Amino acid sequence: MNLYLPIAEISLNVFVLVGMGAAVGFISGLFGVGGGFLITPLLIFYNIPPAVAVATGANQVIAASFSGALAHYRRGTIDFKLGTVLLIGGFCGSLLGVALFTLLRRLGQLDLVVSLLYVVFLGGIGGLMLVESLQSMLRSQSQGAGEVRRPGQHSWVHGLPLKMRFHRSKLYVSVIPVLVLGFLIGLLAGIMGVGGGFIAVPAMIYLLRVPTSVVIGTSLFQIIFTAAATTILQAATNRTVDVVLAFLLMLGGVIGAQFGAEAGRRLRGDQLRALLALLVLAVGIRLGIQLVVTPEEPFTITLPTGETG
Amino acid sequence: MSGAVHSHRRPPRAAARVAAIVAVAAGLSALVSAPARAQDSSREGFEIGLSTNKISIGSDFSGARLVVFGALDNADAKLLRQQRYDIVVVLVGPRQPAVVREKKRTFGLWINRGSETFTSVPTSYSLAATRPLADVTRPELRERLSLGIKDLQLDNPPPPGPAGLSAVDLPAGEKRAQANISLKERRAKSESGAATLPLPSRPADQYAQALKRIRESKGLYNQTVGSVSFVSPTLFRADLQLPADLPTGTHVARAYLFRSGVFIREASEPLRVVKSGIESWIDNFATDHGVLYGISAVILAIFTGWFGRLVFKRD
Repeated sequence: MNLYLPIAEISLNVFVLVGMGAAVGFISGLFGVGGGFLITPLLIFYNIPPAVAVATGANQVIAASFSGALAHYRRGTIDFKLGTVLLIGGFCGSLLGVALFTLLRRLGQLDLVVSLLYVVFLGGIGGLMLVESLQSMLRSQSQGAGEVRRPGQHSWVHGLPLKMRFHRSKLYVSVIPVLVLGFLIGLLAGIMGVGGGFIAVPAMIYLLRVPTSVVIGTSLFQIIFTAAATTILQAATNRTVDVVLAFLLMLGGVIGAQFGAEAGRRLRGDQLRALLALLVLAVGIRLGIQLVVTPEEPFTITLPTGETG
Repeated sequence: MSGAVHSHRRPPRAAARVAAIVAVAAGLSALVSAPARAQDSSREGFEIGLSTNKISIGSDFSGARLVVFGALDNADAKLLRQQRYDIVVVLVGPRQPAVVREKKRTFGLWINRGSETFTSVPTSYSLAATRPLADVTRPELRERLSLGIKDLQLDNPPPPGPAGLSAVDLPAGEKRAQANISLKERRAKSESGAATLPLPSRPADQYAQALKRIRESKGLYNQTVGSVSFVSPTLFRADLQLPADLPTGTHVARAYLFRSGVFIREASEPLRVVKSGIESWIDNFATDHGVLYGISAVILAIFTGWFGRLVFKRD
């Protein structure tokens, strides 16, 4: 059954779109990432103009994250204080990010920068996480909950001033690294059109040493707002949010997210991290290959502003 | 004035003289409106109509077929029998500027390096013709008329206006008409050559070719031969296939009439392509109230997320 999408201006199969949403929603519920870094490439692969894919992906991420965050709220695994501080930094970051997005697109180098950022961040984060979680799994094969936290170990991050106590996360750290982390997440979210969960989750785990269970809920809470800001900014400036497309993706997404959250509860922290690492690495490698392999068509057509005509 | 000169040159003298006398008589009897008519009487009349003047794109739109009907009056019956008349029908989508970029390998990565800007590129282009374009008319004329995907002009709107046509349309012998055109061509060429195309093999060519290749592979540009047929000696129809991602806006259907390879005249009709129903409502809302639309999209997402949680409560 095909449906014409009013903003994407293309007619596509409803069931494929709902299925795509469900698959990404499952992953989103499982790992606490919004799934933006998966949905956007999937939509582009399905012939949707990249600008529409980025903006609509952000819109769909809100629904999945909200649904997932509700589940975490019920279980008390959201640190609202930490999430709010992250958001303050994130808001400043996304303003700069969207401005950079517009500039790069006009120069015709947006795709390159986005791909390079994906490859560097996904590759780096995925690789580090994989190594760490495998070590952790080997170490705690018979005992422990597979947490990163090792009491008594402090990095330079914990020596900074302006300390603040985050009860839920059992954390007492300076707000500076939290704000900077939020800013970076917002910046990347603006340029790459993603919620930033795939960066927020490992950064909270490894830099701030937040327990994995709290990280996912907090990340989802934060993503709702980042994605909402991105959606409104994109709708206002570029007219690239397709609500019909987003709604179909959401429909699948909310269903998938519930099952994902349930599956996540049955896995241990280190297993969860290893799986997310593999997924992140796979997307990074896929995008890296695209940059190196000779393209089938070296020419592309855009409007002078960089939009796909 | 020039009409009289040409009619004297006609080879069958007696007939020409009779025609001239008739023309003069007609001119005298209907002083004001007649002169143009008198000239027309020896030429083919050419009109077109569309099966629809508005295409609505709804939620189930998956491409469409446009039928262009046309009437050819006062055609030379002998030439018609010999199939010396050719008709080319095109539907040109709204024109937009476009930037074509080329990726080149740099330090092992494929990076956008070169680019070329075209000022006026049709978003879609469908063509139907009685015969292959190479058999219809000469390359120079195709280029001047911006006819066919290969010769489609991407920088300025197609030149033939009413002013350009009147010289060609004179009831002259074909040689005269041809001389006329080639003169104009030469002038047009030298003008455009001075402005934008200094060399015969210019680098913009490969970008233009790439643009056409990409649009053709997407079905936005297409041309078919034999899809224009005569239903009767005076009536013809052309079938144009329109793609599923037909751009919205005002398209122009244009028909060109050729007699033995000489361009006689053209006729055109506008075609509006609009979104219909809820799609058009959403599109207008997104265009006119971007921020409000964005906020609505966010609220819809929050609601869907919450509703999904209610329905699929699993803990």
